[in-house]
Amino acid sequence: MVFKNLSYKAQRKIIIISFSLIPVVLLFTLAYLPVFNMFKYSFTNWNGYSKSFDYVGFDNYKTIFTDPKYFSVFKVSLYYFAASFVQMAIALYFATILSFNVKFKNFFKGVLFFPYLLNGVAIGFIFLFFFRPDGTLDTILRAVGLGDFIQGWLLNPKIINVSLAGAAIWRYMGFNFIIFLGAISSIGKDIYEAAEIDGANRWHQFRHIILPSIKQIVQLNLILAISGAISAFDIPYIMTGGSNGSNTFVIQTVTTAFKYNKLGLASAMAVVLLFIVIIATMLQRLLIKEDK
Amino acid sequence: MYRLKYAAGGLVKYVSLLFGAFVALVPIVVVFFASFKTNKEYSGTSPLTPPENWLNFANYSKAFINGKMLLGFGNTIIILVVSIVGATLIGSMIAYVLNRFKFRGNKLLMGAFLLATLIPSVTTQVATFRIINFFHLVDTRFAPILLYLGTDIIAVYIFIQFLNSISESLDESAMLDGASYFTIFWRIILPLLAPAIVTVIIVKGVGVYNDFYTPFLYMPSEDLQVISTALFKFKGPYGSQWEVICAGIMITIVPILIAFLSLQKYIYNGFAQGSVK
Repeated sequence: MVFKNLSYKAQRKIIIISFSLIPVVLLFTLAYLPVFNMFKYSFTNWNGYSKSFDYVGFDNYKTIFTDPKYFSVFKVSLYYFAASFVQMAIALYFATILSFNVKFKNFFKGVLFFPYLLNGVAIGFIFLFFFRPDGTLDTILRAVGLGDFIQGWLLNPKIINVSLAGAAIWRYMGFNFIIFLGAISSIGKDIYEAAEIDGANRWHQFRHIILPSIKQIVQLNLILAISGAISAFDIPYIMTGGSNGSNTFVIQTVTTAFKYNKLGLASAMAVVLLFIVIIATMLQRLLIKEDK
Repeated sequence: MYRLKYAAGGLVKYVSLLFGAFVALVPIVVVFFASFKTNKEYSGTSPLTPPENWLNFANYSKAFINGKMLLGFGNTIIILVVSIVGATLIGSMIAYVLNRFKFRGNKLLMGAFLLATLIPSVTTQVATFRIINFFHLVDTRFAPILLYLGTDIIAVYIFIQFLNSISESLDESAMLDGASYFTIFWRIILPLLAPAIVTVIIVKGVGVYNDFYTPFLYMPSEDLQVISTALFKFKGPYGSQWEVICAGIMITIVPILIAFLSLQKYIYNGFAQGSVK
């Protein structure tokens, strides 16, 4: 082996360069270059294919924040954002009970987590089927005597985002659940025992032992929820295509770019989205630092 | 009194668990039922009624053949294997260099990789598409493979964290035996990274298998359909034949169910570790 006979100093150079070349090239062309280009396009009226385009200053940004057609999609994100709180509360509840002694623990754990592993398209179809008029949900409601509450789940613009956000909870709850369960399980058993001797009940144990020790993970998941809410795409796109008032920011961005060929405007939308996500992430880092 | 309260608490616990399991399972179970029904049976019975004939696989063969699901599985597997092997190799290589060698620009490069985890790739697609197009890779399998390799930096992150826990004295004693840096990486570091590799395989595997956005945007040709885009195509032509769509849904779920049941422990650990940044 020639390589082996080189001095460690020479080897070091070769290894550093050869091992980082591909990852660094990929990182810059596929992660940083798009961000840079996106900023550039956002100040133009480029349609995405013609050879020339004009710089239009902040016009695209003005359109996003003044034209209700673009601005109103932010309201839809609020549904997904609210849903993520519900999702986390459910996840925390189940993670807490399943961290104590429960019969059929593995069965419940598996069943609650499994939906997270499913294909987005499969989930979209499953819930199209679930929410159909006279479909699963309507049948169940009738069976338990709640027939009066039946709605056009995906037809009524007032309800549609609640239905879609519900499907999103079903899909992602298992993820939060398994993370919380992992965090709670890493708390030492002796702490609970000591607390029980001191007369702490389950609620006290949750409030004073479990919650403080998984606070960071809950915060992290909340931040992920903000970016998740604003980048909701799969479920609404597959189920409704953004119709009946279920258009989300990402669906809007994709159609603006690829259907209407307004790449400049779509880039500006993507820049706004990126800023929101980055601000949310920085906020979280700050919060965690303050705690320490 | 205390005992009564305890029993009531236990009841609430089990009732809520059963309700949770019911909500998680019912949407899938009704699809499973419908997939075995004939068209007439489907329109005549409630979704909650089990099928008359549990061995009616007509919908499955229709979905599998007309929906070209085999092609979808083939493409998914090719993309999955290449992306995972690539991400493992590239990720462990750069993590080894960043973790074990102190050189000028090391910190900067590390920062560049960590910062990139903050960029949600869904936001940058508008511009990424132009770059993939520039290399004439749109509508080829290389488009999703490159994107899974280059923009999902989570693997690098997991490897760097894991390398912190592998003592450098192992490297040093190998050097005393005259091992080259490459041998150290290949024979010592890579095998010790095995648990982290399992995590990467699971997190990335589930991500790639379930991804709809990337193949939908970058591979419009029917020849290149993956499992999620193959299923998505059912929406138009089978709009009135839900029993066939349901069979299609079940076909995509079965491999995941088998993988889940056989790899449960690794999957739970994988997600628990892969997400704690």
